[in-house]
Amino acid sequence: MYETIAFYLFAFLTIAMFWITVTTNNALYAMSSLAAGMIFISAFFFLLDADFLGAVQIVVYSGAVMAIYAFGMMFFDTLNEVKERNPKKVVFVLSGLIALMLVVIFVSPIISSKVQALYPMVEGVSNPKEVGIVLFTKYLVPFELAAVMLLVAMIAGIILAGKKMEKSETETEQEEEVVFEKGVEQ
Amino acid sequence: MDAIIIETIIKAVVVLAIISALAGFGTYLERKVLAFMQRRLGPTHVGPFGLLQLAADGIKLFTKEDLIPQNANRLLFSLAPVITAATAFIALSAVPLLPEFELFGYTVKPIVADINIGVLFVIGVMGAGLYGPLLAGMSQANKWGLLGAARTTVQFLSYEVVTGLSLLAPLMIVGSLSLIDINNHQTGGLSDWILWQQPVAFVLFVIAGFAETNRTPFDLLEHEAEIVSGYVTDYSGLRWGLFFVGEYANMITIGFLASLIFLGGFNDLWFIPGWLAIILKVSFLFFFMLWTRAAWPHVRPDQLMWLCWKILMPLAIINIVITGLVMMV
Repeated sequence: MYETIAFYLFAFLTIAMFWITVTTNNALYAMSSLAAGMIFISAFFFLLDADFLGAVQIVVYSGAVMAIYAFGMMFFDTLNEVKERNPKKVVFVLSGLIALMLVVIFVSPIISSKVQALYPMVEGVSNPKEVGIVLFTKYLVPFELAAVMLLVAMIAGIILAGKKMEKSETETEQEEEVVFEKGVEQ
Repeated sequence: MDAIIIETIIKAVVVLAIISALAGFGTYLERKVLAFMQRRLGPTHVGPFGLLQLAADGIKLFTKEDLIPQNANRLLFSLAPVITAATAFIALSAVPLLPEFELFGYTVKPIVADINIGVLFVIGVMGAGLYGPLLAGMSQANKWGLLGAARTTVQFLSYEVVTGLSLLAPLMIVGSLSLIDINNHQTGGLSDWILWQQPVAFVLFVIAGFAETNRTPFDLLEHEAEIVSGYVTDYSGLRWGLFFVGEYANMITIGFLASLIFLGGFNDLWFIPGWLAIILKVSFLFFFMLWTRAAWPHVRPDQLMWLCWKILMPLAIINIVITGLVMMV
């Protein structure tokens, strides 16, 4: 019974949070509700006894959304509302997609009764080990590919950011500003 | 089923009460220890040895006017301190505080939620706790607050990698993420402590722990000399108090984590029983944090990033590679 109550509570909270993310005009509310929704999702993993994935969900997304805050801080006055232009086409496509998704969600239980697990849980093995077993046998190639992609992204990031690493920011500040102003004039 | 629920609720209330009282007592200890190290007296006037200073501070916090600045975002402004305090206690819920003991013929496990990925959960929830300072800084219409929030982001993105990577090596040796398993791995007394096998990981974890709990070499978020009070600039009264209950609870959690993972946990040590051993270890680590505060100056944010990304992270990765090689060969 408790699990049912918890499921509906967190289902409601998650949907409400993402609803706020989509509909609000305030960047601060949007980011905060996104973070809260991501953390509430971890509750479903805990309810399904997938503790490891639940904790990973918290660790990964709290960091990822924190990076979004950094950009929000730089781009917006987060306490004021952002004036949005919502072209009709976007609204049409978005609402159409949502309707389609709802149909899929409501139909999926009918299909899922025929679905069988290809790699069923190994009995008596702890949660992280189970993830590891599947990840390093069946899904080894996608896993390594993802690792290579992340490595490429990291090297690219370092090269982009590291061009003037030897120079001190405070010493070159004046110079940079002049260059920036010239750029604006052009 | 119902018995478990009632037991959990009782444990949660007891942990909440004791740790928040200890957090309050921690402020007194901090002032006394700092005063001793700086050749001052510290609080002396209220009660014996100034012990009742705690009560006086509490009354002051409770009765102070609760201010919310005019242009602040009221909802997030009032939510932020609750996030800090709540996540600090949620993180504690997965930490085994003492060895099992019997009370009225009933075996009590002093852990609120025994989940078998304890370490990951504690680290993750403590990390989520930094949303408190972040939202606090961003919701007050105050430049110092915003600077504090920006520094929170910088600090979080720097230390989180080091914490995770430094813990990975000892976890590889134990082969489990459960704090109880980690503790049971070190039952053989002093020579079994993981500290001797993983000294580098211990040092890295403690450094990252200082950044995580916002302690002095890395207390960028509320650096008085630079940004007034950072994210707490506009806070007063109980809301301000909640931030500090959360911070001290986090210090206690880091103390427990370090002693459970590296310092033998709650196993008996020579003639010292396990429950006393872990309390002594946590107290020493708490004292160590105050000692560091008295001995070291603040660092700048760029120095923190430089330290975390260019020194500590490569060290942690080298440590993991060497540990892996030793385990494989």
